[in-house]
Amino acid sequence: MNIIALVKQTPDTAQLSASMDGVKLSAEGGPRIVNPWDEYTLETAIQAREEHGGKVTALCLGPPEAADALKTALAMGVDEAVLVSDPAMAYSDSLTSARILVAAIGKIGTFDLIVGGRAAIDGNTAATTVQVAALLGVPLVSYVAELRNLDPADRTISAVRLLEKARETVTSRLPALITVVKEINEPRYPSLIGIRKAARASIPVWTCADLGLDATEVGSNASGVEWQSELPPLREANIEMIDGGPEDAARTLVDRLIEEKVI
Amino acid sequence: MDFELSEEHRMVERMVYDFARNEILPSIREHDRNGTFPHELLPKMAAQGFMGICLPVRYDGAGMDFISLGLLSEGLEWADSSVRETIAVHLGLHALPIFQWGTEEQKERFLPPLATGENIACFGLTEPGAGSDVAAMTSRARKEGDTYLVSGEKMWITLSDVADRFLVFAKTNQEEGTRGITAFLLERGWAGLTTGTIKGKMGVRASNTGWINMDEVPVPESHRLGEEGEGFKIAMSCLDNARYTVAAGAVGLMKYCLEASVSYARQRRTFGQPIGDHQLVKQLIAQMKQRIDLGELAVRKVGWLKNQGMRNTRETSMAKWYCTESAFATASDAVQVHGAYGYSDEYDVERHLRNSKSAVIYEGTSQIHQLMQADYEFGNRTDRPLRCEMPGYDPEFWQN
Ligand SMILES: Cc1cc2nc3c(=O)[nH]c(=O)nc-3n(C[C@H](O)[C@H](O)[C@H](O)COP(=O)(O)OP(=O)(O)OC[C@H]3O[C@@H](n4cnc5c(N)ncnc54)[C@H](O)[C@@H]3O)c2cc1C
Repeated sequence: MNIIALVKQTPDTAQLSASMDGVKLSAEGGPRIVNPWDEYTLETAIQAREEHGGKVTALCLGPPEAADALKTALAMGVDEAVLVSDPAMAYSDSLTSARILVAAIGKIGTFDLIVGGRAAIDGNTAATTVQVAALLGVPLVSYVAELRNLDPADRTISAVRLLEKARETVTSRLPALITVVKEINEPRYPSLIGIRKAARASIPVWTCADLGLDATEVGSNASGVEWQSELPPLREANIEMIDGGPEDAARTLVDRLIEEKVI
Repeated sequence: MDFELSEEHRMVERMVYDFARNEILPSIREHDRNGTFPHELLPKMAAQGFMGICLPVRYDGAGMDFISLGLLSEGLEWADSSVRETIAVHLGLHALPIFQWGTEEQKERFLPPLATGENIACFGLTEPGAGSDVAAMTSRARKEGDTYLVSGEKMWITLSDVADRFLVFAKTNQEEGTRGITAFLLERGWAGLTTGTIKGKMGVRASNTGWINMDEVPVPESHRLGEEGEGFKIAMSCLDNARYTVAAGAVGLMKYCLEASVSYARQRRTFGQPIGDHQLVKQLIAQMKQRIDLGELAVRKVGWLKNQGMRNTRETSMAKWYCTESAFATASDAVQVHGAYGYSDEYDVERHLRNSKSAVIYEGTSQIHQLMQADYEFGNRTDRPLRCEMPGYDPEFWQN
């Protein structure tokens, strides 16, 4: 089986709260880690390879430092890793990122299964993987909590999706793209032998030119979504006193709450 | 000169700290409270390759270097000293000495099950009446044919009740002092060998510490480590390994105490401001960081000396003395920063304070290290080459 694991590098939110005042999830500075959800991605991909043979390629779009995340993937046990990185790609929105990833997947070649995490903890859009599946024209099975049956010979996959108030078992043909939630497995730690190999590995970096993309097709200019939010969001609060007897005050209070869309 | 950790070392560091955070921290307070040994951790540590981290791959080790051993010790003790102790004893005081002093046959036979954690090992030097004064030991061995009969009692032995392999020291020649001591490798289940646990320890309560009783235990010649009379030299070289892990571990303990103190000093307010804004609290924090920086330098240098295969007895002693005393002071300051809350086991710093006291006692008390340092300066002590030196780290040899 050829498996592609989509991996993102994100700020380490655990470290942020401990080490910085007024948490700002900015792209620059601060410790960075494998997107925690993608640890489950990697574990799922590696387990599938351990069971069915073949190869896992970890694919990451990000700045040069994101190679670190791929080293972790290699140390955990993926066979190959590719970093897609080009200064022109900075500030791509999820759809543009998906287009870039699809170009890279095309360059990797045929695949049976693509695995991604349920979201990345920085942007938290949970959109990129969905868009990758749509652009590739392969079935998407999202929020997978359990792989019931992965059958490369029969070209099918059966998975249990974790929905808000239900579990849904879905069977799909392969190739397919699945996104996984943390209930699916217990990610392994990188092994020492894996670390030794990963430290020595050199990770190929694919730029726009390598993917046949024009610089105008990527990055902020090609993106419809622009991120302007300040984190943490500003909080506005004020106090309003309601006069009158209990009955009138209650009526006014309910009106105000409806007005403010609280109820 | 290069003070940077390599990429490989940084990955080891991250993995070990992740392991400590996820696997040790959640349950260690309970183990400490109840004085129970975290047996469930051993298979996990073994699966990660910790038990033989710096043993060559040919003996089923992970083939990493001595800096990695230091990082492992640091990360484990960041969570709890008792877990680092397991590595110090099993690897530093038992497996590495076999690697250094054993015959090729002994290495091939004994090292793989130690490296994989199939066997857990300990080190028995101290006796009820002989700690710092090793020559005062009364354990003895007499030879009958090609078997030694070993008798005596060992006390304060880490992992005594958990281990199934024992490196013990006994006198084969009663007339001689340190030169009459010989090292033996014993196995659980052998006739005349019993062990027990000491209760009521002040700290490292999640570690197992106890006694070994030997009553005419028959030990085949194949289980003698080194030559007859070489035991003292072997014991001292064991300490060169383990003291390094103790020093590195103390740095991890200090790092935990500093992190906890900074975070607490940000939140806790007195007199209208966070306590971290009071100069005297800042001083405590600055001193913690000072000790960490200096301790880390001392530890890294020893790791480097070991990788180079250079004799490091003096530098290791210095690192152990400095780092463990610093850890005790730092843990005490951390409790101070936390005020009354620090004095309760709701916070981890009091556990670190109790733990840190053990390390200024074992592996040579602070007094013994001061005597050693002064003796080097006065020329009363020099390190002569050993019959079997610990080789420097050669990736070719270690990884193939
Ligand atoms: C938690 C724990 C785990 C241990 N694990 C092990 C183990 O796995 N294996 C093992 O063999 N041992 C182990 N030990 C024992 C440890 O190594 C000894 O406790 C240590 O060597 C000190 O010996 P002692 O306790 O007999 O103290 P003593 O030697 O009796 O010393 C008592 C005091 O006198 C001081 N003193 C002694 N001689 C001098 C001198 N010449 N000049 C100045 N001061 C001196 C000491 O510094 C100390 O303050 C452990 C101890 C503890 C607490």
